[in-house]
Amino acid sequence: MSAGVVAVVPLLGSLLTEPVSVAHYLVVGAVLFVSGIACMAVKRNALGVLMGIELVLNGANVNFVAFASPYLQAEGSRSLGIDGQVIALFVILLAAAEAAVALAITLNFYNNHATVDVDRADDLKG
Amino acid sequence: MTPGVSVLAEVAALPVAAVNWHSFFFVLFAALACGFAVAVVAADNVVRMALYLVLSLGATAGLFFLAGAEFVGAMQLMIYVGGTLVLLVFGVMLTAQEPLVSIKGSGRDRVLAGIVGAALLAVLLQAAFSVRVWREPAAGVVSDPAATPIGMSLVGVRVDEPPAGGPVAAKRPGYLLPFEIVSVHLLVVLVGAAYLARAKRRKTPRAIEVAASVEPPAAVAEHAAIGRSRSAGGSVLTGGRS
Repeated sequence: MSAGVVAVVPLLGSLLTEPVSVAHYLVVGAVLFVSGIACMAVKRNALGVLMGIELVLNGANVNFVAFASPYLQAEGSRSLGIDGQVIALFVILLAAAEAAVALAITLNFYNNHATVDVDRADDLKG
Repeated sequence: MTPGVSVLAEVAALPVAAVNWHSFFFVLFAALACGFAVAVVAADNVVRMALYLVLSLGATAGLFFLAGAEFVGAMQLMIYVGGTLVLLVFGVMLTAQEPLVSIKGSGRDRVLAGIVGAALLAVLLQAAFSVRVWREPAAGVVSDPAATPIGMSLVGVRVDEPPAGGPVAAKRPGYLLPFEIVSVHLLVVLVGAAYLARAKRRKTPRAIEVAASVEPPAAVAEHAAIGRSRSAGGSVLTGGRS
């Protein structure tokens, strides 16, 4: 435990004094993405699965914005520029559309089956 | 002394002048975003999950602001936190019956998802740190506000700085066609969502017939009653005046 703390302190110190890089943003995006995947896999509530999808799309957006940002690039390397930001905007819009449709389907399922448990949605089982 | 306190003491011992405040706020927002994302997975109550998701997405908007993408950050706050999550919370409220608020998955699924998630995270982290250019600290080139170039590119005109060695500004394509596709897509999707989620009318023609046959007399009677009360009020008024 103490060895871990000793390893963490310089890391945290360098994190606070050094400028951040694109890789830092990629780490955040990876954590959000994996959380979303786990959320989609674990949750049995249909709305929980929806929230997992939102987290996955958000993790992808973090990566797009990090690669698009001129501020985060190292000396001499080029960013995506506004292309990355525009794609992030499209992702946000499509996520909104997807949430609307998925929510409508969930409400319809709830009206017909009186539950939002995705394990009960097995009417089409062959 | 507990480890957490000693870490705090070490961090507090850093000279304030040495702290890179951009990095400080990055660490703050990144910790909030990741922590609440993990909390979404860990929580069982769907209402709490929605709250944690709001906080995680809000912290991500902070990360966007820190990366210099202020327009995307504002859109994240307005569309995601303001729109999509209101939709989700409405869904939670409409289906919030007691047994459905917290449906627990099986423990075996959780362990499996944890193992797969950890493996995926390891792969992604390895990939994130494997490219040298991505690891180098930021040069900190402050860019112009991106709202105008983004808006112009959405109507098909590029006004942002062309990259060196790339095609010249006049030849670069804008985003007019994707913008139109997305807008029509959004319209169709919202119409479809309204169609899917509409209130189902009961298929009982008899009840509709009864309602139709009862309605007119009731309406007529109501009008008559209103007329009567009006005339009565008028007479009272005139009576009071005279």
